[in-house]
Amino acid sequence: MFDSLRNGLRAIRGRLSASISVSAVEGTQEPQAEEGPEQRQKEVKPGLVKKVKTFVLDQELFISEKEISGALEELELLLLESDVALPVVDHIVAGLRRDLTGKRRRIGSDVDEIVASALAEALVGVLGEGFDLIGFIRGHERPVKILFTGVNGTGKTTTIAKVGAYLKNHGFSVVIGSGDTFRAGALEQMATHASRVGIRVIQHQQGADPSAVLFDAVQHAIANGIDVVLGDTAGRFHNKANLMNQLEKVKRVMRPDLIVYVDEAVAGNDAVVRADEFNRLVGTDAVILTKADMDMKGGAAISIAHTIGKPILFLGTGQGYQDLLPFSPGLLVKEIIGEGAKA
Amino acid sequence: MMDTLGSSLKNALKKLAGKTVVDRAAVEELVRDLQRALLQSDVNVKLVAQLSQRIKERSLNEEPPKGMTVREHVLRIVYQELVLLVGSAGSVELQPQLILLAGLQGSGKTTTAAKLARWFQRKGLKVGMICADTFRPGAYEQLSTLCNRFNVHCYGDAKETDAVRIVAKYLPGARGQHEVIIVDTQGRHALEAELIREIVEISKISKPDHRWLVIDAALGQQAREQARRFHEAISIDGVIVTKMDGTAKGGGALSAVAETKSGIVFIGTGETIEDLERFDPDSFISRLLGMGDLKLLAEKAEEVISPEEVDVNALLRGKFTLKDMYKQLEALNKMGPLRQVMSMLPLGGMEIPSDAYDATSTKMQRYRVMMDSMTQMELEDPSVISGSRIQRIARGSGTSPEDVKELLKYHRVMQQALKGVRGNKFNLQRMMKRFGRTK
Repeated sequence: MFDSLRNGLRAIRGRLSASISVSAVEGTQEPQAEEGPEQRQKEVKPGLVKKVKTFVLDQELFISEKEISGALEELELLLLESDVALPVVDHIVAGLRRDLTGKRRRIGSDVDEIVASALAEALVGVLGEGFDLIGFIRGHERPVKILFTGVNGTGKTTTIAKVGAYLKNHGFSVVIGSGDTFRAGALEQMATHASRVGIRVIQHQQGADPSAVLFDAVQHAIANGIDVVLGDTAGRFHNKANLMNQLEKVKRVMRPDLIVYVDEAVAGNDAVVRADEFNRLVGTDAVILTKADMDMKGGAAISIAHTIGKPILFLGTGQGYQDLLPFSPGLLVKEIIGEGAKA
Repeated sequence: MMDTLGSSLKNALKKLAGKTVVDRAAVEELVRDLQRALLQSDVNVKLVAQLSQRIKERSLNEEPPKGMTVREHVLRIVYQELVLLVGSAGSVELQPQLILLAGLQGSGKTTTAAKLARWFQRKGLKVGMICADTFRPGAYEQLSTLCNRFNVHCYGDAKETDAVRIVAKYLPGARGQHEVIIVDTQGRHALEAELIREIVEISKISKPDHRWLVIDAALGQQAREQARRFHEAISIDGVIVTKMDGTAKGGGALSAVAETKSGIVFIGTGETIEDLERFDPDSFISRLLGMGDLKLLAEKAEEVISPEEVDVNALLRGKFTLKDMYKQLEALNKMGPLRQVMSMLPLGGMEIPSDAYDATSTKMQRYRVMMDSMTQMELEDPSVISGSRIQRIARGSGTSPEDVKELLKYHRVMQQALKGVRGNKFNLQRMMKRFGRTK
């Protein structure tokens, strides 16, 4: 989902080396020849960094707070358009303002490096380190119990099937506890998914106590020497005290080793509010963002990671069971910014 | 978060109070706060920019009408522009029709389909449902389970994999038997070309009267693009915003409205089948901005409290019996959960802990049950309730004597509070009139 960002950045880096000396004089000129071919082909909107760079280029000879404020305002809008939540935007922009002002820039110095590294720093700072699920399971006593939480309709059930398939492919045995006993059709959905990916699912009837279901799933895993238990839960809103208490109980009974919060990558500002509440009320160890195959800009990832400071585990990228992408922010930032950046 | 935005907006408005000419700086500050509030509610960045530009221009250029203060003038412009932004409610006719629901995965289409069926059923129309979601496992079970709960027939086949064929197969039969037919489709996003072709095909063969787009209140800037493509595909003529019972403000839906040039028809406000409301621009605006809307509360109260239900004059004489309290609780109940009522009040910075709501609403329920176990005399004059009566009431209502005592105490507190109000400058009668439309 960071495609547009990545492409934009690559294009910039590609033409940077050529335009360093020119940029000081004609910051706004539109580079023609050096534009990355992949950007052309994909017809993506100009990436974040490209735009920012243009703004800062305009100002590069006089980097004072006053001079860059216009550019930063544009950056603010850009981030907002990328679905980064307002408080997070404020934070990032304030950080950049602090980093960029006061530093003296040589005429003809590599502005792109300045911008890229400032942004890379901001991104790395926000996205933090990734999370190695396989390593976590390997280094952990069996069975490893993973509980999935989140609001309604983010794709928990489908994601569990995907994670189950992923773990199975890595040689682990998996059992699923069908803890969504509320939504009509949820049990059937889970059962179908599980049988398609060839995983045993433990379920009770609709309306049963989810804690009991997940307890049974864990017992089943212990009795049969299964490596990983994936616990589904019904979607719930963080402002429903009773439902959150129920989740509290599930957590108490199941004693998960890992609580994975699932949200959709297309969520707007509310992503921050609910991620925060879930983290506060039941805790979160890692995040999975679903529906990342929609043409979005990854704002929710930045917002959630920034707000609760927890790593992003996977991106859900489609309807198939293999459409699950391990997320590695360090690598990603390095890849898009390049080695030159002190990230 | 919501409260601070609402209050910063109020502060900005306050700065305009008492001014005789429109102050550019004050207007700019107001517009800035408004922008932040709207952006935080996921309203599209471009829409926000347009809106703030217009407000700025109109506030500075238009002459305030005679007799209108600067503050009122600006507020009126802000309000008018917001109403334009939010749009009016999309039309819903109570007549035979076919409705096609489209939307992203997990936006709540299936639940909304069931809610819609229930809504039309309550208006006295015969409703049939066609489940054209052949992809998600359990989709047909989900929809038919929901529909069975209130006896709406749900057509579909969990084994069929071709959604178009399902519609073609069941639609002719359904048309003969039902007045309103709702077609639920599989969740899809606008980049899945094949799925878009499928819904175009469904739309072609079913010739729906309405094609409504279901949008999750939490959807961000992406809403615009998705809405645009859905609109291109099947020409959306209404938007339903779901999951408004969370903390999301639904600003993304406005991008959809702007893109499709339609209106919001319904909003989904909870998990039960009855939680579907017709769209109301005023309350939606309040929510976007985090400001309460007294007007709405007043109107809502008018709807549910008939004049004879609350005897204001008796209240003012200090006579507040258990009966009055019972009516009050009932009225509150009709207005919806306490939380919703509270959110309509312009309480500004007043913070009420969220668990207080849940505790209070269950308590209110228990109070009513206890009062149902009382005699007329006890309700009229609670002072006769003695120890043995308390025992009886507790047994009758399945509660404990302590609960009954708590209720009596609550009543005394209310009574005291009302007495205090009577002598106060605060005009209770006027307030009650507003709410209850009594003489």
